Amino acid sequence: MARPAQEPDPDRIADRLREADTAGEVREAGPGDVVDGVATAVVARPATVHGVAAVLREAASQGLATVARGGGSALDWAAPPERADLLLDMTGLDRLVEHEAGDLVVVAEAGLPVAALLEATGTAGQELVADLPPRRLSGGSTVGGALATGVSGPRRLQRGALRDLVLGATVVLADGTVASSGGKVVKNVAGYDLAKLVTGSYGTLGVVVRAAFRLHPVRPARRWVVAAGPPADAAARARDVVTSQLAPAAVEIDRPAGSREVTVAVLLEGQETAVVRRAAQVASLTGGDVRTGPPAWWGALPDDGGSGAAPAPNAGRAAGAAGPAVLAKATATLTGVGELLAAAREAEDTHGAGVAVRGTAAGVLYVAIGEHPAGAARDEGPSAPGELGRRDDGPSGSATGSERPRAAAGLDPAVVAAVVRVLRAAAPSPRDGTVTVLRAPRDVREAVDVWGPVGGLDLMQAIKRRLDPGRNLAPGRFVGGI
Amino acid sequence: MPDRTSGRTAARASDAALAAVTADLSAALGGERVITDRARRRTYECDGLAAYRVVPGLVVLARDAADVVTTVRACATHGVPFVARGSGTGLSGGALPHSEGVLVVMSQMRALREIDVRAQRAVVDPGVINLQLTAATTPDGHYFAPDPSSQSVCSIGGNVAENSGGAHCLKYGFTTNHVTGLDLVTPAGEQVEIGGKAPDPPGYDLLGALVGSEGTLGVVTAVTVRLTRLPQEVRTLLAAFRTIDDAGAATSAIIAAGVIPAAIEMMDALSVEAAEEAVHCGYPAGAGAVLVVELDGHAADVAGEFDDVVRLCEDNGAFEVRVAADDTERALVWKGRKSAFAAVGRISPDYIVQDGVIPRTALPQVLRRITELGDAAGVRVANVFHAGDGNLHPLVLFDGSQAGAVERAEGVAGGILDLCLEHGGSITGEHGVGADKAKHMPRMFTAEDLGVMQAVRCAFDPDNLSNPGKIFPTPRLCGERPGRKQGEHPLSEAGVAEVF
Repeated sequence: MARPAQEPDPDRIADRLREADTAGEVREAGPGDVVDGVATAVVARPATVHGVAAVLREAASQGLATVARGGGSALDWAAPPERADLLLDMTGLDRLVEHEAGDLVVVAEAGLPVAALLEATGTAGQELVADLPPRRLSGGSTVGGALATGVSGPRRLQRGALRDLVLGATVVLADGTVASSGGKVVKNVAGYDLAKLVTGSYGTLGVVVRAAFRLHPVRPARRWVVAAGPPADAAARARDVVTSQLAPAAVEIDRPAGSREVTVAVLLEGQETAVVRRAAQVASLTGGDVRTGPPAWWGALPDDGGSGAAPAPNAGRAAGAAGPAVLAKATATLTGVGELLAAAREAEDTHGAGVAVRGTAAGVLYVAIGEHPAGAARDEGPSAPGELGRRDDGPSGSATGSERPRAAAGLDPAVVAAVVRVLRAAAPSPRDGTVTVLRAPRDVREAVDVWGPVGGLDLMQAIKRRLDPGRNLAPGRFVGGI
Repeated sequence: MPDRTSGRTAARASDAALAAVTADLSAALGGERVITDRARRRTYECDGLAAYRVVPGLVVLARDAADVVTTVRACATHGVPFVARGSGTGLSGGALPHSEGVLVVMSQMRALREIDVRAQRAVVDPGVINLQLTAATTPDGHYFAPDPSSQSVCSIGGNVAENSGGAHCLKYGFTTNHVTGLDLVTPAGEQVEIGGKAPDPPGYDLLGALVGSEGTLGVVTAVTVRLTRLPQEVRTLLAAFRTIDDAGAATSAIIAAGVIPAAIEMMDALSVEAAEEAVHCGYPAGAGAVLVVELDGHAADVAGEFDDVVRLCEDNGAFEVRVAADDTERALVWKGRKSAFAAVGRISPDYIVQDGVIPRTALPQVLRRITELGDAAGVRVANVFHAGDGNLHPLVLFDGSQAGAVERAEGVAGGILDLCLEHGGSITGEHGVGADKAKHMPRMFTAEDLGVMQAVRCAFDPDNLSNPGKIFPTPRLCGERPGRKQGEHPLSEAGVAEVF
């Protein structure tokens, strides 16, 4: 863990920022300015792209390590940085630059909260189909933070992930270079698509300051179809819907920790009469119930819980009383989701952990690893087949802001490592599925191979060396110690 | 780093390097795969943009990834550039050969390695023809969504290089949205597997960087793609308008109504006239513009939205709306649109196909300006475009036998790109930058923008051997390591290359 040659000089950072950006601010770091357990010394909050460039240039010349922060809702995702001398608070760049409704395109600065972007585009009947987890959305997650973490949600099945929706981005490199790629038109093949390269890069290549996204019209009608059953059946039904001609907007799978049952929820969007017809067909294909609202857990990460509506006996289905400490992302093929669900149960039975799995049948699922939910719920699951769905009716998302206990006392790092190995073994090869640990206490990180095998790591390291040769941006935060 | 040499000795050095590569590859791959005969090499001198022609120094017909590795390694060893070529249908000179380099022909690598309809994935060789994959998966109810006009001949490797779209990308996206894995031979000759059948491989989104990189980051030897479920229903209409403005207003109204058609294509009077003469598609007489609108999806949705589209066309001045009753009629509607480029060849001895993008809402304004540009230069312009996403394909007509005609046509074609940029658009929506538009890149991107793209190229290809001269207007010298000053390179000193 290298330290800078000298302590940060906040005055010089402030001087450079003031020259470039009169609205920018620099201050000493406080107790809230910690990056996943790593203390920072200085916080800079520029208000313009030039300000960001001036701060980064000065920080690099001082040999500082810089971590960008948006809403701070996922600063503890990916590995903690080796060091973080300067925290670059991006919330000063919060302008919605352009929303030309007729073009279905929005351009926004990186510090704009995604919730604000959705509100603005919603007035024109349009939306960015990023489907952030509700707790991140309500926690102030920004455009830049959503990009940096490469988040995706239920409707990626039909509309793609954020990387498919981003049309262009402007980034500032560690040396202060401001560079754009892509554009603000839906169709464009001029030059490299660097907006995709920075999506999911956790701020290790450059700091995104502005991005353009493709929007979609908000569909007038929605229905959900919810069914529950044994894991293999549920996976097969989910696959049936995905490969049907029923045009689902989303097919989500929810396996609560300790449960022998898996719930499948299908979202249909479109015009009212058509959606009603398709929903009825999905219901007959899956044996599920048609509903006008989403299940309580819709779109939430498996450790974010469902909502206040979820009754206590189902505590294990999401954040258990102890609170799962580890969040992982698992990918699978459409046919491999069943194996992943089976592996979750195997890991529970073999290692005594609680393994909740939730995500899209298209093969991007989030996994919460915690203590096994104690008691009788284990064998019965959250609901008997005849009762499916009833408990989830009603408003959702009301618990999105609640802080749940994170670090589970006594969660054995060796157990987590064993669970991750079992989940990885569910896929015949990394081409068919991967497991990466997004969030974990430090002792767990040290015991687990958090990234697993990474294809093309040498190329990734070469890109990092070219764009951030001094390793000034979030050093150590990404794959292979990038 | 090459020595400081005069141009003549540099040429001799590159001849010697090519000779060494030729000897290595002839020995390793055998004479049949390695083409040295000039007449045979010459058949590869251009791709779909025949205005650019260069006879490649050597041609290698690759059978498999091992051949590609052998070829690229030989090139890396001797510092010889290489260019990968698929079917050669590209329209920007992206596969233009290098006179002192090796052209690696991928079209013999044509195996459908694995079709896994249950997982909605296929793994294919790069030379597989786009439509071949769709044909192979249609019996199982699936298809490969990107459908460039050349889909019956273009290769999927070429689609990956160019990030190909097609008429239906408005709804279904481009190649980059359908690739989940690539096997890459890096410019150093290393084989790297990126991604696979599962989505979201960990680490940087190398797939995002590679798809659309026009062969400048290495050679792809296998592609894993999504297969898309065939829609239950497809409905197509042809609407005829008196003016382009009316057709543009109808397009806006359809988008504003929240409908996402599979395609909205527009043709102006001149391109309609040309198509009519060529293929007798029976488009309504007297149309100043026609729209082809296609909706697909579940029958219930298509039925509801199709009625809306018909009404919106009529509300915006369509004087005739013709609905294709069956596949035959649908094919006829599309025939006019798909034959437009070739058809224009019948009404003009020569033409330039331009490819630019504007925000869709600027369409009427930009089309008026294009007409003005053409009138001012005395050049006719036929407009065919993907109206839904603002991708223009103006066809600039000229007669190359007349003095100054080429220059006037090129002036208009260039002016159209300026218009696109003025309105915040792009210099290419789907044909790529290639050799043709590298010179326009500085009008769309700053030196810093291009410098960062070049830095990414340097990460993959520090010796600038993989399809050099494409995309970037000025070669960048990568240096041994970033951040370390190098002695000045002769090309830099001569003002031929910039060091960023």
